[in-house]
Amino acid sequence: MIALLKREIVSSWRSGSGALMGVLFFLTVVTVFPFAVGPDTRLLTQLAPAILWIGALLASLLGLDRLFTQEREDGSLDLLVMQSHPLMLTIFIKASAHWFTTGLPLVLATPLFGIMLNLSPAAVGVTMVTLLAGTPAISFIGTVGAAVAVKLPRGGMLISILVLPLVIPVLIFGIAAIAGASNTSQPFTGPFLFLCAITLFTSVLGPLAASVMLRHSAD
Amino acid sequence: MKLIVENLALSRGGQQIVSGISFELTAGEALVVTGENGSGKSTTLRGVAGLLPLDHGQVCLFDETGKQFEEPVREYCHYLGHKNALKQNLTVRENLTFWQDFMGDTLLSVEEALEEVNLSHTIDLPSNYLSTGQKRRVAIAKLLVSDRPIWILDEPTSGLDAQSVDMFSHHIKAFCEDGGILIVATHLPLGLKDTKTLKIGTEPL
Repeated sequence: MIALLKREIVSSWRSGSGALMGVLFFLTVVTVFPFAVGPDTRLLTQLAPAILWIGALLASLLGLDRLFTQEREDGSLDLLVMQSHPLMLTIFIKASAHWFTTGLPLVLATPLFGIMLNLSPAAVGVTMVTLLAGTPAISFIGTVGAAVAVKLPRGGMLISILVLPLVIPVLIFGIAAIAGASNTSQPFTGPFLFLCAITLFTSVLGPLAASVMLRHSAD
Repeated sequence: MKLIVENLALSRGGQQIVSGISFELTAGEALVVTGENGSGKSTTLRGVAGLLPLDHGQVCLFDETGKQFEEPVREYCHYLGHKNALKQNLTVRENLTFWQDFMGDTLLSVEEALEEVNLSHTIDLPSNYLSTGQKRRVAIAKLLVSDRPIWILDEPTSGLDAQSVDMFSHHIKAFCEDGGILIVATHLPLGLKDTKTLKIGTEPL
């Protein structure tokens, strides 16, 4: 299983659609927002957590189509599902590798983009923590979308359409936790724990659903 | 070890492609699956390898004492399909090392396996630099790095030159002599003796 994690990360890094591409896409989204919102720095500060979260959300969807479709195209998927390892665990590892190559770099790049959006260091810290807790859920939910679209040669768009509605709870609790940290009238712990719970929950349910899907879509 | 396939029926896209496939293979035996293009050879092999849901019938594996293995048969199989299961952007060594670690049951080392298919010089090249025939040979080396008692090979010689076909026949002969069970779909005579033959899709009119 360690071998699989290593292969996924190395392969994603070499294909160029991994870490760097996600961060660059994130950068583009974040850069475009101030132009749309205008030069009001107070408004920008207020919107910053939402912008960062939506940017991270969209960037995390990149590479989900590579998760199974590419494996199927080069014939590896057959061999991955044939082995004695539980398929669910294989998918869990693949989702984790996806997070390591897209989600984690986004979290690490957040301070830089926080400055661009006029965020205070404390707010940047909170945003990073919520992204760290929430982005794995996007990768885990993403496995389901990727498994549904595995047979479609250009399934990337469909995956985004399937996955985005499902990650709305992640977004809600992520933003609520940030609001709670900066505003004393709202709680931080509650939404944040919900966010962690969603990630843990989807880490089991996502790979489980995807494994059932892959077994049944065999052809 | 004995592989029994009983009355197998398989469909693709809602249409039944093959039905009534039955055969028995004991350790050391080989089955050559023949038939016209589109007759359902690949479908049959994928069914036996557990990659397609069976409409009907069963695939069972028994040990020497006649006890059935509890694990699905697919876990005892090497499957070599039309595609080579190599990641384009990884080197030959990385690809083979990964499959060896992931499949377990190490047989030959990656270096030895590549030596067997005469590709030692390509070990550190990215797989997409290899020619079609070379990729196929790496896929054959993949059969040698992990130990599996059953090999299911779908047109294994496609893209190979005459010399490589000889090399490949030598390997499958050695595999059968060691007590392996071989199921191969092919149009070429592979120099195997005493094979069973399964002809698909040739019902007399």
